Amino acid sequence: MTVDPTLAYIWAFVIAFAVFMYVVMDGFDLGIGILFPAFGVGEERDQAMNAIAPVWDGNETWLVLGGGGLMAAFPLAFAILMPAMYPPIIAMLLGLVFRGVAFEFRWRDPRHRAFWDLAFTVGSVTAALAQGIVLGALLQGVQVTGRAYGGGWLDWLSPFSLLTGVGTVAAYALLGSCWLIFKTEGGTQAHAYRLAKIAGVAAAIAVIAVSAATPFLEHRYYQRWFTFPNVLVAAQVPLVVAVLSLAFWWALLRKKELMPFLLTLALYLLCFIGLGISMFPDIVPGSVSIVQAASPAISQTFMLIGIAIMVPLILTYTAWSYWVFRGKVGDSAGYH
Amino acid sequence: MTAAETALLLARIQFGFTVSFHFIFPSFSIGLASYLMVLEGLWLRTGKPVYLDLFRFWVKIFAVAFAMGVVSGIVMSYQFGTNWSVFSDKAGPVIGPLMAYEVLTAFFLEAGFLGVMLFGMKRVGKKLHFAATCMVALGTFISAFWILSVNSWMQTPTGFAMNAQGQFVVAGSWAAVIFNPSFPYRLVHTVIAAYLTTSLVVGACGAWHLLRDAAGRRGKAAPSDEPGGSPAAAASPGATPSLQAARKMFSMAMWMAALIAPIQILAGDQQGLNTLEHQPAKVLAMEGDFDPSPNGAPLVLFGLPSNADGKVHYKVEIPYAGSLILKHDPHAPLQGLKDFPRDQWAPVAVVFWSFRVMVGLGLAMLGLGLWSLVARLRRRLYDWTWLHRAALVMGPAGFVAVIAGWITTEVGRQPWTIYGLLRTAQSASPLATPAVATSLAAFVIVYFAVFGIGVWYILKLMQKGPEAHEPELSDAPIRTAGITPAAQKGGES
Repeated sequence: MTVDPTLAYIWAFVIAFAVFMYVVMDGFDLGIGILFPAFGVGEERDQAMNAIAPVWDGNETWLVLGGGGLMAAFPLAFAILMPAMYPPIIAMLLGLVFRGVAFEFRWRDPRHRAFWDLAFTVGSVTAALAQGIVLGALLQGVQVTGRAYGGGWLDWLSPFSLLTGVGTVAAYALLGSCWLIFKTEGGTQAHAYRLAKIAGVAAAIAVIAVSAATPFLEHRYYQRWFTFPNVLVAAQVPLVVAVLSLAFWWALLRKKELMPFLLTLALYLLCFIGLGISMFPDIVPGSVSIVQAASPAISQTFMLIGIAIMVPLILTYTAWSYWVFRGKVGDSAGYH
Repeated sequence: MTAAETALLLARIQFGFTVSFHFIFPSFSIGLASYLMVLEGLWLRTGKPVYLDLFRFWVKIFAVAFAMGVVSGIVMSYQFGTNWSVFSDKAGPVIGPLMAYEVLTAFFLEAGFLGVMLFGMKRVGKKLHFAATCMVALGTFISAFWILSVNSWMQTPTGFAMNAQGQFVVAGSWAAVIFNPSFPYRLVHTVIAAYLTTSLVVGACGAWHLLRDAAGRRGKAAPSDEPGGSPAAAASPGATPSLQAARKMFSMAMWMAALIAPIQILAGDQQGLNTLEHQPAKVLAMEGDFDPSPNGAPLVLFGLPSNADGKVHYKVEIPYAGSLILKHDPHAPLQGLKDFPRDQWAPVAVVFWSFRVMVGLGLAMLGLGLWSLVARLRRRLYDWTWLHRAALVMGPAGFVAVIAGWITTEVGRQPWTIYGLLRTAQSASPLATPAVATSLAAFVIVYFAVFGIGVWYILKLMQKGPEAHEPELSDAPIRTAGITPAAQKGGES
């Protein structure tokens, strides 16, 4: 019935892993949705859709694992954060409704395809924006009273959270365009290269702005990043980001097909590590630590067995599914 | 009403609304996934094209229904935190892991193999494709297993202790939590309900096409604007592949209904007895028994129950039949709701009536199944117009019965979220009323619009009916590098 700190940290890693998997995998789906209006009606849009149609559902499942895992492993954090982020979470869920059904509905009703394409984009942008806002609102901290959220229902709204929201939209668009570079050819691919440049610049500006603002949001973030000797370790992250960003630009110019996507993934990972450096060891920044929020060891152990057995299996058959649908997407409209 | 009471009421309406909408889709897709597995299996075994035509017809409908189930399901998992945060904090250590297992063992399985099932026939070959279909069907069942275990634990909690923070924690064995007393009964009853629901939909779809074909052959206008009875069907009835497919699905669906409707009634009876043992107040609300019956309870057929008056107005009852059903002894004493404190009564009228709707529809399903057996014996299964009309009318009955049953068990659990231990009023998030009011309005508008349109698309697909050599969902959405589409087409079938 007691909490085991080691288990709690393992679980924090598991949740972070699930969220990271979600962000990069549904990130490119949502990114394609964000960029959808930029694609020509017909062949380009159909190709873009076909590049993700067989895999989006599996990608989105990581979001359910992140949420469900949080409830199971850190019920107190789930109970505080979800009400604190109520409006953006609900907006995200509704955005995902539109995005998810659009995959099927646009083929079922050619006369209203333009409407479902719009729903696909609006849903994707809403979900991405809301997820970014949640990130910003998390970083700026939430008010806790006892074992519950103690603030108002619009506390999440701030210039900083809007910045992280817009930044997330740009970053997903970048990931989506890189996936399309990898999965398409010809005119669609050339278009994706152009979009990747625009999204790349936008995402870089957003990352720089968020990184610059975060240390001044809370004094403890400043201490974490800029005091000696922390700075020796922490400074590596922005340095590597700078190097990889240059490599990314080079890969775009040299028309590499897979490299831009992989480098974007690496950049996502670094940003994620940066977030970890800011937040650790809290799960609700400034209020609740990972250990304080942890569920009893018996719950965490039981689930960890499942994670240890199932996640390798899941990764295997997910990889198989990607392998089945490998190669460039054809330009034939998929459904009949 | 205070602001907090208003917010609580809105949160309850929102949960009830979103879960009812969500439940429609899995109660169809659980059965349909299994049906697709059977169809593909029969096709592989017999090589008869009618099974492949039916598979390709129903898999398109499955794709639409499944997408709606997925997106409405994610809403549910997050809603525990957004709207029921106190419940999540307290119950998370017990039910959270079960839901995490649902994600790990079911959702990923369904999602991982769905892409191959929908788009991959030509890429992986028949056998691997069949394996993918089986995995999707298995995933729907595993999902039902875990989520019904969670729900059952909330109804009949066992194997827990309380910690210093006021949380429910597992006392020792997870088996005691997962296999709580009402779980096996609920699992059987709900999964059979899903199969029945699907068979009624499939049966109605088959019946619709049989009726249309008959109308076409009689030379009348088809019952829709689409060309119904094609000249081919008129010229050689029974020979067209689409009519064969319609007959096959109607026959399969009626077999299913005839076989499992009686089993479902037995399973329901068993669950009722289990509920009487563990949640007697719920059964008393279902039966409308306010007053104790020391010498045997009557069976109240109809009436207007009133919590305020503590009685059923205008009731029509059969003496001793209530005890006969619940205790299998006409003179066995039965408690009344008045043996329980009034603040532990569920809203009796809702539970009383939703229960009757469910039971009434269940009996109608049994009737339809028996009728189809008679029709088979008299060799009139494919031309008994009134049977087809009845099957068509019964098409949505499964959904109505499932929702009615769900309302019976969930409203019957009130005023508790965790039966007897945690009150609904003490489970909700500390949210501002405007926040919940806005989200509720948004859910209502979006769900009716989006899912309404989705159901419309499904109906349109059903109306179109299966065709000969039904095209695959996707011919070649993604071309394998190095293999031309033509070569792929050549390699198929």
